[in-house]
Amino acid sequence: MEILKGRTISPGKVEGESIVSKEPIGFYGGVDAKTGLFIEKGHELEGKSIKGKILVFPCGKGSTVGSYVIYGLAKNNQAPLAIVNKETETIVATGAILAGIPCIDHIPVERISTGDRLIVDATSGTVSIVRSNS
Amino acid sequence: MYLTVAEERTLSGENGEVMERMFRLLVSLGEIYGADKMIPVGSAQVSGVSYKSIGMPGVEFLEDYANKGAVAKIVTFLNPAGMDIEDWEELKIPPGFAENQLRIMNAFKKMGIVVSATCTPYLAGNLPRFGEHIAWSESSAISFSNSVIGARTNREGGPSALAASLCGVTPNYGLHLDGNRTPGLLIHVDAKLDDNADFGALGYIVGKKVKNNIPYFKGIKDADTDQLKALGASMAASGAVALYHIENLTPEARYMKPEGLEKLTVTDKDLEETFSSLSTGKDPDIVILGCPHSSLKEIMTISRKLEGKKLKKPLWVCTSRMVKEAANRMGFTQTIEAAGGKVIADTCMVVSPIEDMGYKVTAVNSGKAASYLPGFCKQNVVFAKLDTLLERVT
Repeated sequence: MEILKGRTISPGKVEGESIVSKEPIGFYGGVDAKTGLFIEKGHELEGKSIKGKILVFPCGKGSTVGSYVIYGLAKNNQAPLAIVNKETETIVATGAILAGIPCIDHIPVERISTGDRLIVDATSGTVSIVRSNS
Repeated sequence: MYLTVAEERTLSGENGEVMERMFRLLVSLGEIYGADKMIPVGSAQVSGVSYKSIGMPGVEFLEDYANKGAVAKIVTFLNPAGMDIEDWEELKIPPGFAENQLRIMNAFKKMGIVVSATCTPYLAGNLPRFGEHIAWSESSAISFSNSVIGARTNREGGPSALAASLCGVTPNYGLHLDGNRTPGLLIHVDAKLDDNADFGALGYIVGKKVKNNIPYFKGIKDADTDQLKALGASMAASGAVALYHIENLTPEARYMKPEGLEKLTVTDKDLEETFSSLSTGKDPDIVILGCPHSSLKEIMTISRKLEGKKLKKPLWVCTSRMVKEAANRMGFTQTIEAAGGKVIADTCMVVSPIEDMGYKVTAVNSGKAASYLPGFCKQNVVFAKLDTLLERVT
C-alpha cells in the first residue's frame, strides 16, 4: 500500500473511490451544486458525478464564488467524500473548510488514477492507495 | 502557528460548528501564508454581497450561517449590493433579482452586520485609525485604508473577512507586518494631474505595471481624498495593489527609503494613451459616476455643474445611503434629478445588472469602472474627465 504525505487543509478521515481530473477545477460554472454533476463544457469530467467520491485534482481555478458552490454541494448531500490536491488555493480551501469536507494538499496527484480505492486521513495528512485501479 | 487555549477550544468545536469552521478558515489561511499567531482586528468589511456576484450558492450559504446563529464580534460593514435597496423598482431591477438580493441583505443583518452597502466605508461611518489592524475586503477600500489612513489589512476575500468579523481576529501575516509595507517600485510622475479621472488613468498604468507590488510615488504635488480614492481603486483593479506611498502625502511615506528600486516614469502622453485605450465605445447610452462611491464633495460638484441643464442621456451618480442622505438634505440630489439624472445608493455599475437593462455603452470617469465594465457587464466604455462627459450629454 502506497502512502502519500501531504498537508491538512480541512480535517477528517474517509475511505472511498477516487475520481481524478488532470485539469484544474473551477466549481462556479463547473459543478452543479444541486446534482453534483460536472457541467463545464469540454472539461474532462463533463457529465460525471462527484458525489460520494474522493475528488483528486491539481488545483482550483476561476471565481471565488466556487467556495459557496462547494458549501452548497455538502448542504445538498452531493459533495465529494474528500478533496485531494497538489496545491489547494484559497477558493477550494475556503469551500472545503466551510462545508466540513476533508481536504489535503501537497499530494503528488499524478500517482492516483480514477477508480483507485483511497483512505484519506486529512487530519494526520496522509493519502493511502489501498487498491490501485491501474 | 501559535494558538491560545481559548482559540484551541474554538478549533475543537467547543463554541459550535459555525465558529469552528470560521476559525479553521483563519487558521488555514494563516498556515498557508506563514502567520505566527492571530491578532485582534478593529473592524471588517465584507465583500460578495451582490446577487450578481454570489448567485444562489451565496444566498444559501449566508442564510444557513445566519440561521445557525453566526454573529459579528466587531463593527462590520458591507460592500455594495446589486441594486438600490430602497428604490429598486423605480430603477427597473428585475423582481426575481431583487428578491434574492433582499434575502442576502436580511441574512447579513441577522448576523449583526451593518448593511451599509458601500465600497467607501471610511466615508460612511467606519473609519479605522492609523496603525489599526483591520480585516477588509473590497480592493479599493483596502488600498485607501492601508495607504491614505495607514491602517493595516491584507486583501481579504468575502468569506475570510466574514470569518474575521465573527471571530474578531485575523492571522498575522502580509501587510500586518512592518517589513512587508516597504515599496518595491519607484513611480516618477511627470504629468499634469488636474481631474479625478487623471488619477484613475495614472492608477491604471501603474497597477498594470506593478501587479501586487507596493509603488512609491514621487512628483504628485497634491491630491485630495477623492483623487487618492480614484488612484487606489484603479491600481487595485488593473493590478492587485493593496498599498501605495506618495512622497510628502501619505502617512507612512516618511518612514520609507525608496532607494535602489526599479523606476517607472509616467508622462502626459502615457495618460492620454490610457484615456484612449480604455475608451472602447463612442456614443454612450448612459453616464455612471461614483466608482468608488461618490463623496459628498463629488456629488456637490456634479450638482453644481448640472444646475439648470437638461441631460440627453440617463446619468447615475452612485453613492452610499449615508452620503445620499446628506445630498438630499443639501438639495444636491434634487438638482441632479431636475436635470434628468439619478442619485443611486447601495449599488454601482459594476455589481448591478446593467447589461440586462439594455445598456451597451457606458461612460465613466473612473479607471476602475473602465477596467471592469467590459468583462463584468459586457459594456463598451467611454472613459473621460467629468467635464468632457457632461458636455457630451447636456
